[in-house]
Amino acid sequence: MARTVVNMPAEARRGEIIEIKTLTGHTMETGFRHTERGEPIPRDIITQFVCTYNGTEIFRAELFPAISANPLITFTTVATESGTLEFRWTGDKGFTASHSAKLTVA
Amino acid sequence: MTTRRQFLILTCGALSGAAHAQLPPDIGAKRKAAALEALRKVTGGAEMRTGKVKLEIPPLIDNGNAVPLTVTVDSPMTEKDHVKAIHVLTERNPQPNVVAVHIGPRAGRANVTTRVRLADTQTVTAIAQMSDGSFWADRIEVVVTLSACLEDGLI
Repeated sequence: MARTVVNMPAEARRGEIIEIKTLTGHTMETGFRHTERGEPIPRDIITQFVCTYNGTEIFRAELFPAISANPLITFTTVATESGTLEFRWTGDKGFTASHSAKLTVA
Repeated sequence: MTTRRQFLILTCGALSGAAHAQLPPDIGAKRKAAALEALRKVTGGAEMRTGKVKLEIPPLIDNGNAVPLTVTVDSPMTEKDHVKAIHVLTERNPQPNVVAVHIGPRAGRANVTTRVRLADTQTVTAIAQMSDGSFWADRIEVVVTLSACLEDGLI
């Protein structure tokens, strides 16, 4: 399981726009590099990141090899109701990582 | 005895030589064609207007391996008028697509930050697709000074 870090407030006022910062440990091997002996290194990247808020998708990103190692993705959402935010990363070679965070809306 | 400087020059030369030997001679034209094709896929041939989108990226980049990139789109982000997707494309990376982000009115603000790889000095384009179907773009030219021998496969 890859290491994931999600940084977001635990509490927010209703209607407030909160910023969510996410980071995952992954080499994001591009598939364009070669070993010293000239053999291509196969691509191994995270291809998709999805964030759901109480089951509803609020953010989705398709990642390509041009995303740096240990992908950082920062985005915003409106705090509508208390609940859980689920973060899910999927990629090559069956890679999956997930994280969930609670948000209390006053 | 080999000095550090000599060693670096030799290995850089060997590595970049090996990498260039594998690339076809018309690589520039091919990448340009790929970039245009990627752009067509995003917009579907629709007109792309300048404005609304703000792409923030350092104009001079030491290390093309992790370049901070922020895209902000001027939009009220309401049910009627919001940003549906943000695409970032390059023209000289081995693959033009960088990231495609799908958002909606629940984002509150159309603002996304990530870190990207840039293979060369080039133009980076951010495109926003609005809920009314229009496309807006911002282009920034960046200078990348990353030594090719560190990322031989990318150049």
